Amino acid sequence: MNAVGVANTLSLSWYEASARQRVAALVDSGSFVEFIGPEQREMSPHLGIFDLPEQFDDGMIVGQATLRGRAVLVAAQEGRFMGGSFGEVHGAKLTGLLRAAHTLGHDVLILFDTGGVRLQEANAGELAIGEIIRAIVEARAAGVKVIGLIGGRAGCYGGGGLIAGTCSTLIVSEQGRISVSGPEVIETNKGVEEFDSRDRALVWRTMGGKHRYLIGGADVFVDDNATAFRNAAIAALDDVGRFDLTVLEAEQLRLERRLRRFGEARDAADIWASLGVTGPAEVPTLATEDFLRRAADKRETADDAR
Amino acid sequence: MMLADILASLFPTGHDVTVTDDLITGKGTLRGGGSIHVLGIAGEKDLGVDDAVLLAGRVLQIVKAGDGVPILVLIDSSSQRMSRRDELLGLSEYLAHLAKSLLLAEAQGHRTIGLLYGGSAAGAFIATALATGTLVALPGAHPAVMDLPSMARVTKLSIDVLKAKAEATPVFAPGLENLAQTGAIHAVWDADRSLAEQLLALLAEPPEHDTRDRLGADRGGRLKAVAIAQRVVALASASRA
Amino acid sequence: MEKLNFKLKAPNAAGGTRAQAIVGVVASGNLEVLLERVLPGDDCTVDIATAAHGFGAVWQAVVGDFVARRAAGSLRISINDGGARPDMVALRLAQGVRLIEEPEA
Repeated sequence: MNAVGVANTLSLSWYEASARQRVAALVDSGSFVEFIGPEQREMSPHLGIFDLPEQFDDGMIVGQATLRGRAVLVAAQEGRFMGGSFGEVHGAKLTGLLRAAHTLGHDVLILFDTGGVRLQEANAGELAIGEIIRAIVEARAAGVKVIGLIGGRAGCYGGGGLIAGTCSTLIVSEQGRISVSGPEVIETNKGVEEFDSRDRALVWRTMGGKHRYLIGGADVFVDDNATAFRNAAIAALDDVGRFDLTVLEAEQLRLERRLRRFGEARDAADIWASLGVTGPAEVPTLATEDFLRRAADKRETADDAR
Repeated sequence: MMLADILASLFPTGHDVTVTDDLITGKGTLRGGGSIHVLGIAGEKDLGVDDAVLLAGRVLQIVKAGDGVPILVLIDSSSQRMSRRDELLGLSEYLAHLAKSLLLAEAQGHRTIGLLYGGSAAGAFIATALATGTLVALPGAHPAVMDLPSMARVTKLSIDVLKAKAEATPVFAPGLENLAQTGAIHAVWDADRSLAEQLLALLAEPPEHDTRDRLGADRGGRLKAVAIAQRVVALASASRA
Repeated sequence: MEKLNFKLKAPNAAGGTRAQAIVGVVASGNLEVLLERVLPGDDCTVDIATAAHGFGAVWQAVVGDFVARRAAGSLRISINDGGARPDMVALRLAQGVRLIEEPEA
């Protein structure tokens, strides 16, 4: 067991914490057992030709733990190592964990913090994402719940965004962002008129946790602290895990309806106004309690879908 | 090969496949009887929220009909649509939904075959090609995670440097050969032989669980992935609480 | 990457019973330090992988200074460096030894 040294779990900022600190703060104290830990030194075989430093766990921590006594499997990405990106080993650890979840019937918590595929290992990373998505669907079809937690510095971008879209529940904080193309990629490809990547307010309105929660792209909105994430994860474990035609037909209707309702919207604030949220322009500055109050009964949900 | 020629070679006995706004739908008749649903993207179109929800809806109609008929996904796309609107509306959910729908179809008895005949990149590649049970390609197909110039920009290395490094490893550069070596592509079909026959031969092969990591190891493109995944499964199974 | 290795003697063996500890992240200006309690007595080895070439003397000074003053004996210390400055290296080493000496739960 690795000692991590969490000074004050109660107020640990999820955004500021390392992946290891998040895991330690999330699960029941001392319950985490890591699979292929750093001492195994299973590092990336591909960074050397780019003269890039490796990390012992390749930026992905996987293992088992308990959450209020329930056995869970846990995966956490280190967003500060290579942007939390998916490489061959990083991805394979998560693929294996999800396949194990299917075999064992244990629910999974994925602590996302990723910019997407690691370019230096692009093909391996992209393939890993394809394998992870398949493994999630197979596990969910067997009744396993896969719960995503998003609130780190790298956000949940690229292929990570697609994996998140495959989860049964998504818990997000204001700091979290979910998107396929990142702001810089959109700007580089389509111009600054299409997306000014330096406009942070625009980034958060378009891709950030509050918007995703309001539009039904995330299910639970929490404060940026480990206790809030932990409580939300515990609650999510009580959901019934379903994945079948009924669920996807509901998802189809939900996504079609979203396009009908908001397909012409120019900005997130227009969508929030359309939802009937009071004072839509203030949403980005609202504290969590106020935000949740204003969001209640107005936000789109995905309760029977996803 | 042009799409019309591909369809003619796949379905010499007939098909009703049409293309509207670069989205492919329809059905084809197989040699020796039977049919196959046909879906896909043409014209190197980028995959946005509207396209994804339309294709997914079609897949779910097929699942609902429950005819057990296989699904062929023809792919000539670019990447996901890069736009403010698509991200605002939650593109990740739409692409994930398309992937989930294809995977559900397969689980419900519809064999899914991806046939990559043109481009496919990034999020579109994940949501279509990589979400099929078996992915084959025609020579000349050009899948990519990211194009080399963009990669050069992001990694801050020159294209020449990237190309030189790409000689030593199939793990990052775009291209059919590299993606085949890493295990993504089951086989590259012969454009000079009947595609109908090659499709029938493929459908006759028993479907397998996801063996792409094993394939990547055997072909030398991904030497660690399968072993790492297997080890995690073994460790998780051994240490049951 | 440059690989460096130092074999040193510490004044004492590290306290506590934990088998290993890890601190830090491989990122710009940062480093990860893995400590494994696998050596006899007051022996200490430090292995470093760094993309910054030619700083062997600096590493030697920082590592040597740390091990001479701290009970880092019986520890195999392995570092992946992301381009950290000497003060960050010293900080992580100190955090690492403190962690491995923490009483087990």
